[in-house]
Amino acid sequence: MNIETKVEKKQVTKTESDKPALVFRDAGIKRGERIIWQHGDFSIPSGSITAIVGTNGAGKTTMMKAELGLLPLFTGSLTVLGGAAGTTNHLIGYVPQNYDSDIESNLTAEQSVLLGLTGTRFGIHPTTRAQRAQAREAMAFTGVDDKRHYRLSELSGGLRQRVAIAQALVSGPKLLMLDEPLANLDLAAQREMVHVLAKLNHEMGMTIQVVAHDLNMLLPILDGAVYLLDGHPHYAKMNEVLDANLLTHLYSTKVQVVTTPQGDMFVTPGPDEPDDVTPDIHKPDEVAGFHHHHGKHPPIENIHHDSHVTHEQPRYFEKKISSETGRDTQRTDRNGGNQRQEAGL
Amino acid sequence: MSYIQFGFNHEWLETLSVPFMHNAFIAGLCIALAAGVMGYFTIARHSTFAAHALAHIGLPGATGAVLLGLPVSLGLGIFALGGALTIGALGKKASQREIATGTVLAFATGLGLFFSRMSSSASQQMQAILFGSILTITNDQVLGFAIFDVLLLAVMAVVYRPLLFSSLDEQVAQAKGVPIGVMNVLFMAIMAGVITIAVPAVGTLLIFALVVTPAATANIITSTPLRSMTVSSVLCLVSIWGGLVVSAMFPTPPSFVIVTISTLFWLVAKGAEALHRR
Repeated sequence: MNIETKVEKKQVTKTESDKPALVFRDAGIKRGERIIWQHGDFSIPSGSITAIVGTNGAGKTTMMKAELGLLPLFTGSLTVLGGAAGTTNHLIGYVPQNYDSDIESNLTAEQSVLLGLTGTRFGIHPTTRAQRAQAREAMAFTGVDDKRHYRLSELSGGLRQRVAIAQALVSGPKLLMLDEPLANLDLAAQREMVHVLAKLNHEMGMTIQVVAHDLNMLLPILDGAVYLLDGHPHYAKMNEVLDANLLTHLYSTKVQVVTTPQGDMFVTPGPDEPDDVTPDIHKPDEVAGFHHHHGKHPPIENIHHDSHVTHEQPRYFEKKISSETGRDTQRTDRNGGNQRQEAGL
Repeated sequence: MSYIQFGFNHEWLETLSVPFMHNAFIAGLCIALAAGVMGYFTIARHSTFAAHALAHIGLPGATGAVLLGLPVSLGLGIFALGGALTIGALGKKASQREIATGTVLAFATGLGLFFSRMSSSASQQMQAILFGSILTITNDQVLGFAIFDVLLLAVMAVVYRPLLFSSLDEQVAQAKGVPIGVMNVLFMAIMAGVITIAVPAVGTLLIFALVVTPAATANIITSTPLRSMTVSSVLCLVSIWGGLVVSAMFPTPPSFVIVTISTLFWLVAKGAEALHRR
């Protein structure tokens, strides 16, 4: 009897994981009277890592808020993990962009993670040993177990970000949503963060969505990207989005795609640099540490190839692209300590 | 010709045993409990200035009540609650809008002065409302404080974790389904209550040192919310009771000593923290 139930459950889980994690159907969102974006019509497969990219103000964070059901659509529908947006939030781990206020927090890392497990419960519930063990497990996964008694204010930005991810993980979500997880981190911390995300995806099969300015760091682990362009969100698998013309248009600044033995790199030449200068890119040994996602989960990829991705050639490929609008580099290069060669994306 | 008296009162033990002192000690206990718990949330929510402003918003209520012949606490409570619900309804971000809050604070204080000048009895009460008069707390007030504490603990038992989550991680809490709007209004409403019971002890001007400072000190010493609230309550209690004892020994106003002890604790903790970090 017991065994039967188990088998049944497993089948259910399998069917669910074959479904796309997110389905946008003619979705659009307004803030006040202004349309932020509309005509969002795509699906994001389960078990994938997707970036949400676009310039400042294109509605990247708004998209996450819509997926969480915190902002209503004015048109269309949005299904998340099989339910209407907002109805499945217990299955979502959300890591908002970190703000300066966290820097003052005297809370310990462990307390912060525990809130992800117990914070929504009304009434008196002393923290159980099992809950503590769960919190420690999540912290061990993101590599901050040894920091659990430290206050958040004593941790570096990268470690705080990993505590925040542990907090999102502790309740066992199926979908992890991170808003600018690499912002304000130095290169080493960015790399560690990418490593944590890759591990989550590999070992737990978690669907991950990342709002990002800088795609370079994430490139080795991304399956696809939602790019917000001209007020419309589009979804494309990675090889489709990796086009210099598209990226240049997307960021309104000249972008080159450089193919290295380790994979593709985006490069933004500075406005003061002559065009024929060889761009400074990541050294191969830096990139060697990245995870590659080739052949990671072929069955799921096959499914979304066939059914969910529109292969239609996007219309802006034909647009004439100005190659001299380097002035926006500064605006998009908010990522603090980043080197210029990876600015803007 | 007046001169400063600074003699030691050798009968201070007898002074401490008179009935109004008993009321003051019990009131101190009630205030310390409420302020200790809410102080933590005030800091966690970055709403310390809003809490401070609430006391000043209560000022015209207090002097207006005297004008109408009503109890001071009633007028103070109604105005503080009205202000709290307004700030609460505007959202957590509103409590961080320093300029709007400061402007309302200044206007309310002016209005309080205006009301106090309209009758001589309100004018006499003005100093007590601004700087507190813990020694004049009545039996009825003490009973009111105790009832408030019981209510506060009952509400806290229900909303403790969601309130904590929404205070520390509002965006995540919201995504997880915590009703952050309700939590915000609830926090501000409770804060108005705490202000109403703490003003008789130290007055509207010095209330920061009683509600926020002990919680800030506790945050330096401890790092878990529950422990911080406990430590904060103890620090607050020591400040109030210490203030009562010292003011029985020396001819100083209790409010001054209470605020001084609270500030000294904070200074020592800050100093120790600075040394520790070296």
